[in-house]
Amino acid sequence: MNYNAGVGSTEPAYSADEVMAVEAARRLTSDNVCFVGVGLPSLAANLARRTHAPGCVLVYESGTIGAKPTRLPLSIGDGELAETADSVVSVPEMFAYWLQSGRIGVGFLGAAQIDRHGNLNSTVIGDYDSPKVRLPGGGGAPEIATSVDDVFVMLRHTPRAFVERLDFKTSRGDRVRVVVTDLGILEPRDGELALVRVHRGVSVDEVRAATGWELAVAPELGETAPPTADELAALRGLEAA
Amino acid sequence: MAEIVTLAEAVRELVRDGDTVALEGFTHLIPHAAGHELIRQRRRELTLVRMTPDIVYDQLIGMGAARKLVFSWGGNPGVGSLHRLRDAVEHGWPVRLELEEHSHAGMAAAYAAGAANLPFGILRGYEGNDLVEHTRVSTVTCPFTGEVLAAVRAHRPDVGIIHAQRADREGNVQLWGITGVQKETVLASARSLVTVEEVVDELDERPGAIVLPSWVVDAVAVAPGGARPSYAHGYYDRDNDFYVAWDAISRDRDTFTEWMQQHVLEAVTA
Repeated sequence: MNYNAGVGSTEPAYSADEVMAVEAARRLTSDNVCFVGVGLPSLAANLARRTHAPGCVLVYESGTIGAKPTRLPLSIGDGELAETADSVVSVPEMFAYWLQSGRIGVGFLGAAQIDRHGNLNSTVIGDYDSPKVRLPGGGGAPEIATSVDDVFVMLRHTPRAFVERLDFKTSRGDRVRVVVTDLGILEPRDGELALVRVHRGVSVDEVRAATGWELAVAPELGETAPPTADELAALRGLEAA
Repeated sequence: MAEIVTLAEAVRELVRDGDTVALEGFTHLIPHAAGHELIRQRRRELTLVRMTPDIVYDQLIGMGAARKLVFSWGGNPGVGSLHRLRDAVEHGWPVRLELEEHSHAGMAAAYAAGAANLPFGILRGYEGNDLVEHTRVSTVTCPFTGEVLAAVRAHRPDVGIIHAQRADREGNVQLWGITGVQKETVLASARSLVTVEEVVDELDERPGAIVLPSWVVDAVAVAPGGARPSYAHGYYDRDNDFYVAWDAISRDRDTFTEWMQQHVLEAVTA
């Protein structure tokens, strides 16, 4: 997907990861406490903290609560997270006292596959006992999906990822509130995910073609606002640090 | 009382073929040097337990040390797959690997139960997913409220192995920064080995530090840099470049084997 603005445009060009990070960040506020994984979720949550949601609390499963990294961590346990955290707790404490107790409102998840109900697969492609591709596995996802109020999913929009039927259900989808992809935004409507926004330059047909089920389109379908120059500057500042 | 011994002696004394061994360290303080010593001493048929098997488990699995893996997330953080783990699961190379897969919350509860000498841990978990059909998990009904909760059998490894920043001459162990599930691993295990960056005369206070008293640890071995390419807070940083480089080293069986020969098998033992 290429979001480069047309010739003569004054709008900045941006990548698929950047539009996803910006769209996810816009959904966070200073009132959120969110459970963050590495990669895009970490980028999005840190961007929110650097822009409109400075009070957003970042919790990483390594036990760092209120981490304020100045550069993006490669792993969820980078030293930077512990050094900047309000509190560092053990892993059993993190999952028992903080996650399962319901103290964390937002949880980010990614996956290899998603179905129309927001159920996710990050375990295997193919049969569990003789897999075609053995994926890393669920990690924190099964309990994140059932303990937070709102699950934000971020993943690239392809027919291989958006499937009619999951090969394995790693986490359930009933708390998925939004799916941010490189093509647009999906939200649950009447019990299944529907397309509610497309990114600029993306057609509904393109999104349908990239979705392995008959994708519902919300009547109020609109377009996302492209990343602003300020958002991109903050994002690139984080990535360059 | 912990004995302060060499790493080679500690592994020879404490780890036997067929043991259930947990090497823990949640991203931070991963006991790489100890894992390498297990490989050099050619331990076999191990049941390896670890929440987040990463490079050192990829190495143990690729070198044929493991029969079974008990885990919750097996990947190269921020990079991608563990190719040796995948090869073992997908193609049975070099040996078939049995999996017992959990969630992080389930693994954490199992370690905590083991540390408490309880038979099982409880959690609100494993709900509405396919994992329950493929792993060792059950349910228990709360006698007070009637709530049905997930129950995981306690982890009770034969040997628990962790890396820490330092110990004193009596073998009291101190670690700080992200301390993960290390305390639980040592307390849950029948025998325990702690590798440390250094042995010091006195353990002065560090913010957030935990101390494992000498009498719950069997052996302390000095292994400076023993967590690399993971990190030791206050000593050295995580070698993120190596985690990225591991992807190419581990992708091919021959490249992997040669790398292990050169960097682990022929390396000088501490």
